[in-house]
Amino acid sequence: MSELIRVENLTKRFGDFEAVRDVTFTAEAGSITALLGPSGSGKSTVLRMIAGLETPTRGRIWLGQEEQTHTSVQERRVGFVFQHYALFRHLTVWQNVMFGLAVRRMSKRERRARVEELLELVQLGPFRDRYPDQLSGGQRQRVALARALAPRPNVLLLDEPFGALDARVRQDLRRWLDNLHRELGVTSLLVTHDQDEALELANRLVVMREGRIEQVGTPNEIYNEPATPFVAGFVGSANVLHGHVIDGHMEFGEHRVPIANDLADGIDARAFVRPHDVRVRAGGSGGGSGTARATVERIVTLGWLSRVVLRLGDGQAIVAELPSDELCDVGLGDVVAVDVRRALAFRASDVGRLAEFASVES
Amino acid sequence: MVSAARATGRRWSLSSRAAARLRHRSLRAAAVVYLGLMIALPAAVVIDEGFARGLSDLRDGLAYPGAAEAVWLTLATSTAAAVVNAVFGTIIAYVLVRFRFPGRRLLGALVDLPLAIPTLVTGVMLVALYGPASPIGRALEGAGIEVAFARLGILLALLVVTLPFVVRAVQPVLLELDPAEEEAAETLGASGWTTFRRIVLPAIRPAIAAGALLVFARSLGEFGSVVIVSGNITGRTLTAPVLIFQLASQFKPEQAAAVASVLFAISFGTVLITTRLARGRRGGQP
Amino acid sequence: MSAGFAIRRGGDRDAMFRRRRRAAVLRGMLVALCVLYLAVLLLAPLAGVVWQALRPGWRVLGDTFTRSDVVHAFTLTAVIALITVAVTTAFGVVVAWVLVRQRFRGRAFLNALVDLPFALSPVTVGLACVLLFGRGGWFHDFFAARGIQIIFALPSMVLVTIFISVPFTIREVQPVLEEIGVEEEDAARTLGASVMQTFLRVTLPNIRWGLLYGIALSAARAIGEIGAVLVVSGLIQGRTETATLYIYRAMEERQTASAYVVALTLAGVSVLILAAIEWVKRKRTREDEA
Repeated sequence: MSELIRVENLTKRFGDFEAVRDVTFTAEAGSITALLGPSGSGKSTVLRMIAGLETPTRGRIWLGQEEQTHTSVQERRVGFVFQHYALFRHLTVWQNVMFGLAVRRMSKRERRARVEELLELVQLGPFRDRYPDQLSGGQRQRVALARALAPRPNVLLLDEPFGALDARVRQDLRRWLDNLHRELGVTSLLVTHDQDEALELANRLVVMREGRIEQVGTPNEIYNEPATPFVAGFVGSANVLHGHVIDGHMEFGEHRVPIANDLADGIDARAFVRPHDVRVRAGGSGGGSGTARATVERIVTLGWLSRVVLRLGDGQAIVAELPSDELCDVGLGDVVAVDVRRALAFRASDVGRLAEFASVES
Repeated sequence: MVSAARATGRRWSLSSRAAARLRHRSLRAAAVVYLGLMIALPAAVVIDEGFARGLSDLRDGLAYPGAAEAVWLTLATSTAAAVVNAVFGTIIAYVLVRFRFPGRRLLGALVDLPLAIPTLVTGVMLVALYGPASPIGRALEGAGIEVAFARLGILLALLVVTLPFVVRAVQPVLLELDPAEEEAAETLGASGWTTFRRIVLPAIRPAIAAGALLVFARSLGEFGSVVIVSGNITGRTLTAPVLIFQLASQFKPEQAAAVASVLFAISFGTVLITTRLARGRRGGQP
Repeated sequence: MSAGFAIRRGGDRDAMFRRRRRAAVLRGMLVALCVLYLAVLLLAPLAGVVWQALRPGWRVLGDTFTRSDVVHAFTLTAVIALITVAVTTAFGVVVAWVLVRQRFRGRAFLNALVDLPFALSPVTVGLACVLLFGRGGWFHDFFAARGIQIIFALPSMVLVTIFISVPFTIREVQPVLEEIGVEEEDAARTLGASVMQTFLRVTLPNIRWGLLYGIALSAARAIGEIGAVLVVSGLIQGRTETATLYIYRAMEERQTASAYVVALTLAGVSVLILAAIEWVKRKRTREDEA
């Protein structure tokens, strides 16, 4: 098997509070798996349990072929990168990276070569004698990565590694980590609340919420085939529309849209529609039964992309995202034809109060 | 302060600024006079009187029977107190910050007790328990351990009086430490002891040093507890502060002043170093 | 394969429990060590004083507290402590203010002066007083001519007690003033408050915990002063004998019974002051967290 990380029924309780509940997933060797979820979803706790920094209340952990549920942190030999770097502030960059090698059986020359190699890798060679407080955030995180990778861990665990950095630095480092992973191929587990980061970097996503797994899948699967309303709303933006299910279609107002998933007839449902799945045509006529008429309420131009807020016949609002040049003929107050290409329907009772993630009112 | 006046549009702006400056100046003058009279003046008179006749008073003071031993004993016991309380103070601080156990808050309060107890009462307490009038004292004496009227008693008294210093210096630093640094060390393979030695200790070392120096400086001048416990036996358990007292009581104030100045120079130098250390140092501190 | 797994699994768990137990034992030992250290230095001696004081029976309390010299000693201690706390608090706030809010040449020197009492042995302080006001001293003739007795009388005892208590209020108020900054005070002034109003209604409430802490510490210090007052008081029974001086004399004269009782009383007062200090500390942290 090429599974390198395996987690089974992992549960963690802090007093009365259950932070993680029955989490099970695997990560293939050489892949990057992202644990994605809002704050409080338990993803950091899962990561820390895998590292050995927390002991699970229940459940088992395998790293490689060996069960590691009860081994100590030191024995697990994982590389861990913290959100706030956790560099040893009284040691230089060189000494920081060297730290994990001191306990290994290596000659001094080998150690020095390894530290050099890593400083090269993270492009911080000239900074070797600096102290952490003399480095920028991005530089510090690169040192933290070098330090974690120095002892050649089998597994690299990253806890919101770019959370403390500026947006621009975050982008740069994201790309940089991607390249690094391609080069090194270390099995990595990344915790993040940033879905762009997860979608960009990961081979597989584990979406978590309130301690449980909502869905496991490739970025494509998560984005296009969300299993639950939460995933549909959390990953990517979505319109949420009220309506009913009739004969494999979703009906709201005069609009009838084929839905991508199966739901029984007649039930009260919510449709999740991605803004870029909404097409807008000038003139209120034409199209089939799936086309509805809507009034343009607002247009926001964001460079090459525009966002249009449309009011449907039954009073619901829907937001479309499309290239700005397709809106030449459309103005405020116009009645336009709206085509929904794809919708995902969920039972209204399942959706509950998830509107905060889903609605795209701008 | 000026804007309020300006806002009302009155022509007070000039005089209110002058009033403010006058106020500032008079406050400063009050502070200077207070500190000058209360502190600088007494320090000055001791140094002046002690060395007005050159080093002769110092020589005579030190020639007093038991004087040289007294100075040596003071330095030795103060150093010992600094070392012992550095170790135990660090342990106590670590235990108070990192562990949870019943009675923890009581322990923390106990550590502060010596700040409130009169030093004389400390001496009385030690004599009450370890002196010849107590069964414990007698038992110890039988085992060959003399506390009252012995050097061990002096050390104990100093340890009690200076107990809080290292603890209070180390505690805030320990509280400020980033637990993630220690976790990082563990993920890199460091055992509990290695993590303490290579990550925690370097961070608290300056605080321990500062606390220990404070213990030293304080112990040099300690009088109240020592005078009760030690018995003030010339040449054996007589310390420098008690010597100064004896010289002063025998109307040899100039000699007393000379010895006092030397003691003062040592402890003031120590206090200066400590405050310099406390103002922060380099070494990768964020 | 699965059997091998089972053994390994079992082994892992045992190792973890052993590790956990070792850590707990180590923790327990360290805590016990601290308790032992504090017991030897503080708890046992405190118990010793209680025992020695009450050994002759509860009567001894009544006997001691009705003695006129004991009553006088306590009164004198209280008077000196009150004056000291009043003076050091008032001037202490002024000095702290000047040191934090003003910039001037010699500020560092003034700051260092505040630490001086920590570096001087109290006997040296008493000695300084003698050198200033005693026979042949710098100011002796000035006061003698006006018939004012300094040495061997209350004024010198108050002066030396003030000296050794100077740093406490200042060092407790200073960091608080630095931390809170001028913004609130500036805001009050722009709203039209006078200096006194700003001080009373903005500054004082902000520094109150530091101030109380400083008052408690200086009160404890003033009550406990021995070395300096011993030198300047002349030990005139019933006139210049504070509680601590009473204990000193009683121990010398082997009147240990009353010495222990008075010592126990002072220890009790200190414990009360300590309780007040801890209470202030807790209020302060609770307010900081809010």
